[in-house]
Amino acid sequence: MSVAVRERDLPLRDVQGPSAVGGGSRRFFDLLLLISITDFKKTYYGTVLGYFWSLVRPAVMFSVLLVVFTQIFRLSGVAHYPVLLLLGIVFFTAFQEVTSTAVTSVVANEGIVRKTQFPRLVIPLATVMTGIFNLLLNLIPVFIFILAFGIAPMWTWLLLPLILLALIGVTTAVALILSALYVRFRDVAIIWGVMGTVLLYGSPILYPFDKAPEKVQTALLFNPLTPIFTQSRQWIIDPSAPNAVAAVGGWARFSISVFVYAAICVTAVWIFRREAPRIAEDL
Amino acid sequence: MAVDVSTAAAPAPSPGVAGRSLAIDVRGLEKSFRLPGQKIDSLKERVLHPTISRDFSQLRALDGISFEVNQGEFFGIVGRNGSGKSTLLKVLASIYRADAGLVRMAGRLAPFIELGVGFNMELTARENVQLNGVMMGLTRKEAARRLDAVLDFAELNEFVDLKLKNYSSGMLVRLGFSVMIQADADILLIDEVLAVGDASFQQKCADVFHDLRGSGKTLVLVTHDMNAVDAYCHRAILLDHGQIVHEGNPQEVGRHYLRLNFERGETSSAAQASAGGPAVRLVDIWLEDAAGERTNSVELDDDIRLRAIVEADRDTPAPTFAFLLSNADGVHVFGTATQLKREAGEPDLLAAGSRAKVSARILNPLGSGRYFVDFGVNREHSQTDNVIWVSKAADFVIYGTQAQTGLIALENEFEAVIEDG
Ligand SMILES: Nc1ncnc2c1ncn2[C@@H]1O[C@H](COP(=O)(O)OP(=O)(O)OP(=O)(O)O)[C@@H](O)[C@H]1O
Ligand SMILES: [Mg+2]
Repeated sequence: MSVAVRERDLPLRDVQGPSAVGGGSRRFFDLLLLISITDFKKTYYGTVLGYFWSLVRPAVMFSVLLVVFTQIFRLSGVAHYPVLLLLGIVFFTAFQEVTSTAVTSVVANEGIVRKTQFPRLVIPLATVMTGIFNLLLNLIPVFIFILAFGIAPMWTWLLLPLILLALIGVTTAVALILSALYVRFRDVAIIWGVMGTVLLYGSPILYPFDKAPEKVQTALLFNPLTPIFTQSRQWIIDPSAPNAVAAVGGWARFSISVFVYAAICVTAVWIFRREAPRIAEDL
Repeated sequence: MAVDVSTAAAPAPSPGVAGRSLAIDVRGLEKSFRLPGQKIDSLKERVLHPTISRDFSQLRALDGISFEVNQGEFFGIVGRNGSGKSTLLKVLASIYRADAGLVRMAGRLAPFIELGVGFNMELTARENVQLNGVMMGLTRKEAARRLDAVLDFAELNEFVDLKLKNYSSGMLVRLGFSVMIQADADILLIDEVLAVGDASFQQKCADVFHDLRGSGKTLVLVTHDMNAVDAYCHRAILLDHGQIVHEGNPQEVGRHYLRLNFERGETSSAAQASAGGPAVRLVDIWLEDAAGERTNSVELDDDIRLRAIVEADRDTPAPTFAFLLSNADGVHVFGTATQLKREAGEPDLLAAGSRAKVSARILNPLGSGRYFVDFGVNREHSQTDNVIWVSKAADFVIYGTQAQTGLIALENEFEAVIEDG
């Protein structure tokens, strides 16, 4: 037996096995960036109008809903309803698009997950990154619209990042849960498709919180998106509107949404950490 | 032609592992999968059978695997389909998590598993090479710089911006292999690369393996090609049902592998079925050269020397031993049989527990090409009462440079002269 001699001996190290994040933080962020960029390119590759489409979707939805709720149902007594609706829809589309892409994201990257030691968390996070990028771009025309509508800039606009953080947080958590569960339960995609509609009407987007009947309000408390919409109404559109706590009727009721929000985040971390090592074999 | 049968010694034990510093250390690795068909794929089943996840049956893909690979060593893993080779590599490469056991490794690892390094088919070669580089721990800039080297090696420069889903399967393997080689890792895990690819690519792989052997890199090679194991590996293991059934030098492991392949399903005559397994086992079969060394090739005109060792698990009266040669097209070119050679008064019996060595020297009139050897044992000097029959138990090549073609090499005198006047 002839074994070649190498100059130096390398030390043996324990191999940890697959995980959600393993492999060093620089590698993690480089991969995240790379996958996000290619995801973004992929989405619009082969489309003639490219990025324009990410504006068209919320715009069409906005126009239709605006006609329905101002011409047919005649919702009245809501100051600046069109801009409120537009802002809500842009936020909601971001949530909706990221989560529904995330559902299949791990499976869509099967080729990589099955053959390499890839930090699993990168995949749903890349969807979130792409979503954030789209959202920021979409907010530009929204603010142009807000100004054109006659709303003067106010200092609370500077608090927008807080709202975005809250939105991104819950979006990420839901994306993690869905992407991990979908590997084993393909029903998740269908269920989430239905949930999209439920959430659209079950969030204070088409109507402000206080216009909803008592029973609906109670249901809305359990929606972690509710504080995001109510607070953005006060900070961005209408300073005379109540803040997120006052709108729902005090801290006790407000804390329900906060609790649900926190529960979703904790569940997300728990599920993803538990499922990550097994994702490759369950695909 | 002469066939002589005598009792032979058991084969020598496999050589031990040299005491160098280790590149891979695997201890007691276990991995089970849920058995197919029992996998719960929808929530409804989960809701209807909430407890089923606890009592599904398990498939033990790896069942207590322990081995060590030295730094700089080339290590072969062979085994039948489904024996757990790819699963083992996936555990080594941190793609699957082991249920139990310990894996330790020295240095950076580059896996090439089931013909790929993890490509996204929707992306171009350029994007994939960059992605893979980053995955291997390079920065994005370094990874982009590596692109040319990878494409040059794969000879795919023209296709750099083609999406991988439009690549041919051979091109994909080329690209993947090239990415892995250019990653410059310390340990290479290679699963089945030799199965695909055209002749020029196979030559390239051979060259790479040759170069790597001197470089101190460690290579784990999974393949079904025993010649490759023989040619490249210092040592090999044979997996069967998730266990290491043999460990040692490549030739020996290769022989065990062939036996494992052909013993099953080939020995199912009615007689044995009723008696529970074959009465005789083929322990070893090989080809020798004139000096008595094992070989895989015979020169044109040189004799073919076939050897086999059989062991009887039960008494086998009046055995007949047969070799049958067929060529690469499956044409039977020659068969021969003999009976037990014995002194006067000895019974014509291969007794339970005894071994027989079968040797045949065949004067060789065969043309050059690849040949397969079938081996069989019959009872009671019968033509039909087959105890075992092992198809393609061995194979060899007849080579030569004479300007002749055809199935057989006939003695000939042949000349061409200018005719006078
Ligand atoms: N993710 C998985 N889920 C369920 N079973 C699996 C999974 N991966 C592998 N197996 C099973 O484990 C066993 C070993 O498979 P493996 O791919 O390791 O075989 P192999 O030795 O590489 O075979 P081949 O020579 O065909 O490549 C097989 O029975 C296979 O069905
Ligand atoms: Mg395999």
